[in-house]
Amino acid sequence: MNWAAVAAIYRFEMSRFFRTLLQSFISPVISTSLYFVVFGGAIGSRIDQVEGVSYGAFIVPGLVMLTVIMQAISNASFGIYFPKFIGTIYELLSAPINFLEIVMGYVGAAATKALFIGVVILVTSSFFVDLTIQHPLAMVAFLLLTCVSFALLGFIIGIWAGNFEQLQLVPLLVVTPLVFLGGSFYSIEMLPEVWQTITLFNPVLYLISGFRWAFFGLSDVPVGWSLAAIALFTSLCLTAIWWIFRTGWRIRS
Amino acid sequence: MAMVEIRDARKVFDGGFEALRGASLDIEEGEILALLGPNGAGKTTLISAICGITQPTSGTIAVGGHDVVKDYRAARNLVGLVPQEVNLEPFEKVWKTVRFSRGLFGRKPDDALLERILRKLSLWEKRGATIKSLSGGMKRRVLIAKALAHDPRVLFLDEPTAGVDVELRRDMWDTVAELKREGVTIILTTHYIEEAEALADRVAVINRGQILLVEDKDALMARMGRKTLRIELDEPVAEIPAGLSDYGLRLEDDGRVLVYDYDTSAERTGIARLMGALAAEGIVVRDVATSQNSLEDIFVGLVHDGQEEEGVA
Ligand SMILES: Nc1ncnc2c1ncn2[C@@H]1O[C@H](COP(=O)(O)OP(=O)(O)OP(=O)(O)O)[C@@H](O)[C@H]1O
Ligand SMILES: [Mg+2]
Repeated sequence: MNWAAVAAIYRFEMSRFFRTLLQSFISPVISTSLYFVVFGGAIGSRIDQVEGVSYGAFIVPGLVMLTVIMQAISNASFGIYFPKFIGTIYELLSAPINFLEIVMGYVGAAATKALFIGVVILVTSSFFVDLTIQHPLAMVAFLLLTCVSFALLGFIIGIWAGNFEQLQLVPLLVVTPLVFLGGSFYSIEMLPEVWQTITLFNPVLYLISGFRWAFFGLSDVPVGWSLAAIALFTSLCLTAIWWIFRTGWRIRS
Repeated sequence: MAMVEIRDARKVFDGGFEALRGASLDIEEGEILALLGPNGAGKTTLISAICGITQPTSGTIAVGGHDVVKDYRAARNLVGLVPQEVNLEPFEKVWKTVRFSRGLFGRKPDDALLERILRKLSLWEKRGATIKSLSGGMKRRVLIAKALAHDPRVLFLDEPTAGVDVELRRDMWDTVAELKREGVTIILTTHYIEEAEALADRVAVINRGQILLVEDKDALMARMGRKTLRIELDEPVAEIPAGLSDYGLRLEDDGRVLVYDYDTSAERTGIARLMGALAAEGIVVRDVATSQNSLEDIFVGLVHDGQEEEGVA
C-alpha cells in the first residue's frame, strides 16, 4: 500500500474544500433552516406526529441523508471528473499507485466533506427540534457508510461523465427521485399499498430507514436489511471501480 | 540490460486506428535519446504506453527491468513524465502542486530537494503564485518540476520546448544536460531538430508507429551527411554544359553559381574530377564554398523515403 500517495490525494482534495469552508458551512445551515420553516412549520402544523415522533424531528434523518447523499456524489464525481477534464489525470495514471489507493484518496475526501455537512445539518436541526438519538453508534455507522458508498457511486459517475451536463444528469435524474421517494420526509406506511411494494425496490429506502431507526428506534424495514442493502451497494460500487481501472474504461484511452 | 526496453509494441485505439505498429527500441541508461518524427507519428503514444497513460495492445515494455504492466509500481517509480500538453490545475499554487507530485509517488516530503528543483528551473520566486498567473513557458517548467519531484531515473520530455523563447530554451538545454550528468536517462521528443543535434547522444526516428532508425547522432550525421559544394563562376552560363551532365549539378543565381551535392561517406567525392571537367570546359571558377547538411535534412529525407515506399507498396 502506497499510503503516502493516498494521503497526498486526500490532502490535495481537502484543501479545495478548506478554501471554500465558509460556503461549505453556510449553505447547509441555510437550506436546513428552510426545510424546517417549510416542512416543520407549514406541514408539521398539520401532521403533528408520525409514529409517535414529532414531524419536525421525524424528517431530520431523511434531511441529513438527502444532503449527505447529494454531497457525497457531487464531491466525488467532481473530484475525479475535474482532473480528467483538465488533463491532470495523467499524473494519477503514471504514478505508482493502484485503483484502491486512488479511490481511497478521492472517495475518502469526498466522504469526509459529506460527513462534515451531515454533522452541520444535525447540529443545525437540534436548534429547531428536540433530538434524541437512541442508538448513537449505529447512527454514526450508518452515516459513515452512506458517505462512503455514495462517494463511490459519485466516483463512478465522475469517470463515466463525458461532460459537465452528464455530471449533473445522474444525480438529478436518478438519485434525487430515489432519495425523495425513499421516505425522506414520510413513513412508507403513509403510502397506498401498491406504492409501499414499489418503494421496497428503492435502495435508498433501506438507508433512510436504518438511519431513522438509529434515531427513534422505528423503521420501515428491519435494520438487518438496511445493513445488508448498504453492504451490497458498497460492494457493487467497488467492483465496478475495480473493473474500470482494470480495463481502463474512460480513463486510459 | 537497457534502461527502457520496448519490444514490438502495438497500440490500436478504440476507433481501430493503429498508432503503434510493432515499435521496438532500447534506451540505454544515462543517455539522451531524441525521438523524432512528424506530427501523428506515434511519439506521444509510445511515451504514454511506457508511462502507463495508455495500455499497449500487445508487445512488452520494461523500465529498469520491470514490466510496465505487471510490475507497474517498480517501473513507474523510476519514471518522470513531462507531457506534451500543459495539463495543470489553474487554481493551485506552484509549491503545492509540486509537493503533491512527490507525495503521489509515495516519497517522503523533501522541501530542500523541491527548493533545488524550483531554483534550477527559475521558479523559486513563483512558488507562491497560482498556476493561472504564470506565463506559458513557466507553466511548462512547472510540469518539469513536477516530473522531477520524485527524483526519477528516467525522464520523458514530450516536446518540452514547444512555445518556449530562445533564451529559455537554452536554459532548458542546460537543465537537461545537468540531469544527464546526474545520471538521469532522458528521452526527448522535439520538432526542433537543432535541439536534437545539440542534446542527443542517439537519435531515433519514428513514423507511422514504427521506429525507422536508431543511431548514434554523430555516426548518423557522418554516415548520411551530405555536403553541398557551391561553385561561383566568373562568367554566368546559360545552361549546364553537356560535358558536366554526369554530375547532377544545379544552376543558381542566374547561372552564376553551380551547386554540387556529394556524399562525404562515398568512396570518392568526385570533386577533383568535377574541377578538372570545369577546366576542360573552359569555365573559370571564382570561389568555392561547402556546407554540411543538418540532421534536419537527414530526417526529412528519411521520413519522405519511408512514405514513398509505402506509396509504392
Ligand atoms: N486517444 C486516441 N484515439 C484515437 N487515435 C489517437 C488517440 N491518440 C492519438 N491518436 C492517433 O494516433 C496517432 C499518433 O498520435 P501521437 O499523439 O502519438 O503522435 P505524435 O507523434 O506525438 O504527434 P505530435 O508530434 O503531433 O505530438 C495520430 O494519428 C493520432 O491521431
Ligand atoms: Mg505528441
